[in-house]
Amino acid sequence: MRSNTIYLDHGATTPVHPAVMEAMAPYWNEHFGNPSSHHHTGYNAARAVEEARETVADSLGTQPGSVIFTGCGSESNNLALRGVMLSARAAGKGEHLITSAIEHSAVLETARQLRDYYGFDLTILPVDKFGQVRIEDVEAALRPDTSLISVMAANNEVGTLQPWQEIGALARSRGIAYHTDAVQLVAMRRWRLDNEPIDLMTIAPHKFYGPKGIGILIRRSEIDLVPSQTGGGHEGGLRAGTLNVPLIVGAAEALRLAMVELDERRAHVLALRDQLMNRLTQAMPESVIITGHPTERLAHNASFAFRHISGNDLLMHLDMAGIAASSGSACSSGDPKPSAVLQALGLEPEWTKGGLRLTIGTQNTAADIDYTVGKLQEIVEALSTIEHSFSTAIH
Amino acid sequence: MNPMPMSETRTGERRRIVVAMSGGVDSSVAAALLVDQGHEVIGMMLRLWSEPGTGTSAPTNRCCTPDQMADARRVADRLGIPFYVVDAQQHFRQAIVQFFIREHEAGRTPNPCVECNRQIRFTYLLERAMALGADYLVTGHYARVSQVGGKYSLLQGLDSNKDQSYVLYTLRQDQLARVFFPIGDYAKPEVRDLARQYGLLVASKRESQDLCFLKDGDYRRFLRENSLQVQAAGPILDEDGHELGQHEGLAFYTIGQRKGLGIAAAEPLFVLRKDLERNALIVGPRTALGVRDLVATGVNWISGEVPAAPFLAQVKIRYKATALEATVWPIGADQARVRFAEPAFGVTSGQAAVFYDGEACLGGGLIANDQALEIMVEDDRSGEYAL
Repeated sequence: MRSNTIYLDHGATTPVHPAVMEAMAPYWNEHFGNPSSHHHTGYNAARAVEEARETVADSLGTQPGSVIFTGCGSESNNLALRGVMLSARAAGKGEHLITSAIEHSAVLETARQLRDYYGFDLTILPVDKFGQVRIEDVEAALRPDTSLISVMAANNEVGTLQPWQEIGALARSRGIAYHTDAVQLVAMRRWRLDNEPIDLMTIAPHKFYGPKGIGILIRRSEIDLVPSQTGGGHEGGLRAGTLNVPLIVGAAEALRLAMVELDERRAHVLALRDQLMNRLTQAMPESVIITGHPTERLAHNASFAFRHISGNDLLMHLDMAGIAASSGSACSSGDPKPSAVLQALGLEPEWTKGGLRLTIGTQNTAADIDYTVGKLQEIVEALSTIEHSFSTAIH
Repeated sequence: MNPMPMSETRTGERRRIVVAMSGGVDSSVAAALLVDQGHEVIGMMLRLWSEPGTGTSAPTNRCCTPDQMADARRVADRLGIPFYVVDAQQHFRQAIVQFFIREHEAGRTPNPCVECNRQIRFTYLLERAMALGADYLVTGHYARVSQVGGKYSLLQGLDSNKDQSYVLYTLRQDQLARVFFPIGDYAKPEVRDLARQYGLLVASKRESQDLCFLKDGDYRRFLRENSLQVQAAGPILDEDGHELGQHEGLAFYTIGQRKGLGIAAAEPLFVLRKDLERNALIVGPRTALGVRDLVATGVNWISGEVPAAPFLAQVKIRYKATALEATVWPIGADQARVRFAEPAFGVTSGQAAVFYDGEACLGGGLIANDQALEIMVEDDRSGEYAL
């Protein structure tokens, strides 16, 4: 709608980095081959895929054999959960899995399907008021027949970092597979994955300036998976479908760049994020609270709840002001439901419809933040006045 | 005739205008016309409360279904304008649905569209539009607004078959200054042609319905499920007090209703009125249906001024009724008594009585229970209101 949009929704997706576009460019119609083909056109494509696989593995400190390319982050989550549990059933192992109340729906809905349609046992862990899973709760939920724990590395909505290292270590000590949805966290820190207690990890390159339509699942070779999508023997028989060569190349380049530029990017977004959180809460102490953990949170994530205001209405006004943001209860139907995550945090109903997430990116500036804080003040004041006068005026 | 477009077109000023879009043809064409005139147009859809549909199939052809939202959004995309949904479910449920139930419990037959326009569309939505920096709120109603010397008038739509000024009689001057209706200048077939010209796919869709919050259009079922009070069975009496049968609850009958009374009689019997005190349904022959007087309460005078003297007017007692010649007496700030030149049929308490002088809508109010009229006549010792 506007050319000068202030984009503060990098948690939703990011623009593709020019270097990534450049890396992908030859693979649309020059090296367009099918990597499964037995001719040089195909071999060239296959080589690009294997190089990408090595780049991904190197960037994360793991082995190329652990890298599975999928169609998106959701698909990676589906493959991890359904793959481990169906494999456990086939092997006559335990049929219990554990996840948390604040997972992305790609995990939660898959877990619920495993329970409701396949008959697996599911435990959904609560979180504390910061949106953090407690390790004691994980421990208490463990059963002899537990085969999988899936707890995200950082929450997408309120940005809280999860104790994935402790959970992974606990799982490993009990011989239980640990999957973590690291979609939000992966480009925010350095990884030596072979030294971490993670068996399966979900990655979505479009969150760090890579293309959409490509996902990655990291899987330690000891973990057996039953494929979600069956067909040819692509990706070690774990994910059938012609390999999407340009997007695979782009995904690898985006991840490589993210690791190369990590410190710089992180410092940039962290400074702006802190500026935003401080300014906004100082400006409107009565009507806004920070959601999630005050310090143990994603560097680019600022998340808030506004009292008696609908997140949808905030988004509308921000959009008109040229600011792209997102709401925890984002819903295009205009039928806003309270955010499940904000509810899981134990917030009162007056806050749970007013979730607002602002996620900073490399191209944002301090001026963007100033403008956004100013606009938000105006908007909140206008909306509060209407809601107040209207809720008392009905007769 | 609309106050804004003509003057604005003359000055060439570009205004920010919110169009209340329903996904239907009228509001879609309204938006298209304004885009065509070069204004900055924003589409907004009110999400109003409706009963949850039964089963997995969403209710069709009711208000604000996902389909209608998708239609409105498609139109907005086609016109290149932003489109937002404003959630008013809680307000609507409190202010309109509860009102609908309470009125039925009080033996009246409410018009929820009138009430929604008064309490939601031209108040809440108008405020929301203004908060978004809009200069005007536009809807797809068939009506017109004119302005002379800073005074606004509400006029019937040019297409008299489609005129919707009846449901807009509650508008005040301050609202009329910020609201107009581009479709009011056109006839329905012209609007359909415009929709085709603008390439809007909604052109052949069916009309929207009132009682938009019902999942199936069956208000009797809704009342049964939502009010114990309406289900009090009682006697059906003739005008002399003879019991002719039993009714299932006064709310399930409308004034003028003939079918479904379950009474065998020599001549056709009609529902004449509801006697709340005795919980009785009074029936009689068609000739007894005629009513000479009514009292309107909660009257809004569109001019903002109570007329100083009784005046002759045409009065509509239902949305689709023909206007009837009558004399209107303003009483106090917000009541009026209406005496019809000829007996009026189907006068129903809870419906609006809307006053016209030709094409100008002067205002109106809600038709009070018969008791209100009786009290007023009794109180009228001075004979001030007698004819």
